[in-house]
Amino acid sequence: MLMQRWTPRDLQALIDGLRAEGVRVLGPRVGDAAILYDEIETLPIGCGDEQAPGHYRLTARHDQSRFGYNLGPSTWKQFLFPPEEAIFRVQDGEFISCREQPDKMAFFGVRACELAAISIQDRVFIGDFADPGYASRRENLLLIAVNCSQASGNCFCASTGDGPAVGVGADLILTELRPEDPYYLVEAQTEAGQLMMSAIGGPAAATGEIDARDEVLAATRLQMQREFATEGIAEALYSALDHPHWDVVAERCLACGNCTQVCPTCFCSSTREHVNPVGLGVTHMRRWESCFAADHSYLSGGVVRPSVKSRYRQWLTHKLAGWELQFGVSGCTGCGRCISWCPVGIDLTEEVAEIRRPL
Amino acid sequence: MKDPLLPHLVEMQSWQQESELVFTFQVAPPEEYGSFRAGQFNMLYLPGMGESAISISGDPADRNHLTHTVRAVGNVTRALHGLRPPARIGLRGPFGRGWPLAAAEGRELLLMAGGIGLAPLRPVLFQALAAPERYQRVTLLLGARSPEEILYSEQLLRWKSDAGLQFLATVDVASAAWRGDVGVITDLVQRAAINPQQTVAMVCGPEIMLRFCARRLRELGVASDAIHVSLERHMQCGTGFCGHCQLGPYFLCKDGPVFAYPAVEPYLMTQEF
Amino acid sequence: MRTVGDELRAHPFFAGLSEDCMQLIAGCGEHVVFRSGATIASEGSAANEFYVIERGRVALQLHTSATGALLIQTLDAGDILGWSWLFPPFRWSIEARAMQDVHAIRLDGKCLRGKCDTDPAMGYALMQRFSYIMSQRVEATRLQVLDVYGRANRS
Repeated sequence: MLMQRWTPRDLQALIDGLRAEGVRVLGPRVGDAAILYDEIETLPIGCGDEQAPGHYRLTARHDQSRFGYNLGPSTWKQFLFPPEEAIFRVQDGEFISCREQPDKMAFFGVRACELAAISIQDRVFIGDFADPGYASRRENLLLIAVNCSQASGNCFCASTGDGPAVGVGADLILTELRPEDPYYLVEAQTEAGQLMMSAIGGPAAATGEIDARDEVLAATRLQMQREFATEGIAEALYSALDHPHWDVVAERCLACGNCTQVCPTCFCSSTREHVNPVGLGVTHMRRWESCFAADHSYLSGGVVRPSVKSRYRQWLTHKLAGWELQFGVSGCTGCGRCISWCPVGIDLTEEVAEIRRPL
Repeated sequence: MKDPLLPHLVEMQSWQQESELVFTFQVAPPEEYGSFRAGQFNMLYLPGMGESAISISGDPADRNHLTHTVRAVGNVTRALHGLRPPARIGLRGPFGRGWPLAAAEGRELLLMAGGIGLAPLRPVLFQALAAPERYQRVTLLLGARSPEEILYSEQLLRWKSDAGLQFLATVDVASAAWRGDVGVITDLVQRAAINPQQTVAMVCGPEIMLRFCARRLRELGVASDAIHVSLERHMQCGTGFCGHCQLGPYFLCKDGPVFAYPAVEPYLMTQEF
Repeated sequence: MRTVGDELRAHPFFAGLSEDCMQLIAGCGEHVVFRSGATIASEGSAANEFYVIERGRVALQLHTSATGALLIQTLDAGDILGWSWLFPPFRWSIEARAMQDVHAIRLDGKCLRGKCDTDPAMGYALMQRFSYIMSQRVEATRLQVLDVYGRANRS
């Protein structure tokens, strides 16, 4: 497979070229003191970050890197499964679909764990039933992925097997080398990726540069401090539903739902009716919800999971055990966002280790 | 692409009060509806109110009507209580896995229903009593709050006298005028003639009733995996997208609502799960 | 013609009791018939007996001024009626009324109480059997009190 060598200017040319074709280019930008995913025209330069349980700070790297940070609170999920979406509306007694032909989108700078997360959500929304909104956005999507050249303090994708090397499903894979004066190794996994490569051009990479990519990935892997035993986790958790440690977590957990909001695979949603003031029509809306919300388990006659303990247990067992049985794959890709953005720094890898510890 | 979340507009054909809060109504099935299996449910939609998962309580062989029996307890169901033909509502479905009727062929079919839990079991009665030769015996044990709240009583008595249904009912409390049983449904199992080793049981009602019935059936010698239960959680989308109706590794809306009891027992026995 | 003893020996409630016990118990038993509507026991009356119901249905009921007679439970063939004879002050705590013609075996509790006192092994065996019935009734009552069908399911 041909591998090209690009300059930062080539990256910019790709962004410009896609935008010129009417593609919405979505990627990292600095905002709200974090790396956010948004519509972009350029890539941030020299940004790093510092992450620990309940901790996230942007840092300056004093170099020219474009991908020298890890994951912020944004996920790509917001573009494929929007936080709020109109499903249908009722006008003059008729039900009219609100599903529309989506813009073509390109995700620029998708990390290995994020690519895995997208393929997991694919199984949720294009499985036994297909959500036409999700499916059409997914069909009109270019995925420009990047191998991670560093790991954050909360990353553990090496344990889940989802990174740091980008797996299958990306159109293009970039690897950033020599951050002080960066250049990029570029590989294509699809025809669309090959088209982008031939449009930008660039010299073929030398064999030594391919080794350099693998060295970067090996170093990233070594950087990950967090380990997470995934083997046999579904049985272990389902046989520990009465473990006393759930009560210990519940003493810290605020049931705020931050973890579910930043999780790239969480998919729970609720519907509500929006009454349009003009014309008195009604729109049936769907929006993100969280299993930490009190009314998530509401049933006429009561709430199934009133305690924080039961909600944390629901989230964790679903993510790490239920998912495997539902979709044949874990719901966790080791991105570590739920650890960074937990206001009290609950670290699921530690909690799972406690719960797996024999009594 | 077909949108599983977009309802069809259907017209109400009939509406009938069953008890104080419970009512039965029929709608004309949408053109592309096809047929449903006993135990499946539809999502009913009222503009401005939202959707509610309602099990189908009519005859699966009847392609001209979709029958729903509803208890008016939520926003949508209370609004449905106030509608009359020819009101138009939204409907999508059918959803879920139904009762394993094929597994009961050649054996005894024992239905245990509590309260409005009879609604999703009535399609089984329609189907089984239309072909009684397929089963050694068909039994319905029914628990209700009071005699006034026994659903479909005329039809059940007719099935008992004309169609060979073994039918016993018990209520929690009654006035002295009541001639029937007072007590709990689990005690009816002893009063009925059943052959536990040959029995396939289908149980629907409040979760606590399911647990007690399953325990009693097992004590009597009914095989665990021959006990099937229909569960309830908040089914909001019917498609596994919304996540509300999960119980352990299951989406009740598409993996259920009917399950073999052993598959769900550990989760039902865990508090607040 | 089956004797009272034969019938009691065939009843699961007495299964496992020694032949000596059975002879004692059968000696305290006699066949009785209550016509439909008859009061078998009234609340607060002396409880010196219990019944093994052979045929017909019995209503256990309580009266309140607000509701009149409330049916709490029904008993049918095979069921045991009455445990108040075991405990002081030996008074019926509920009214028992025949809903149909009821055929039963009445067992003299007064006579059995004495025998249980002098033969603790038999007393324990009987107490075990009554405790089981009580535990079953408590479990049933719990479910009734919960008003499980009143709460919505599958709305």
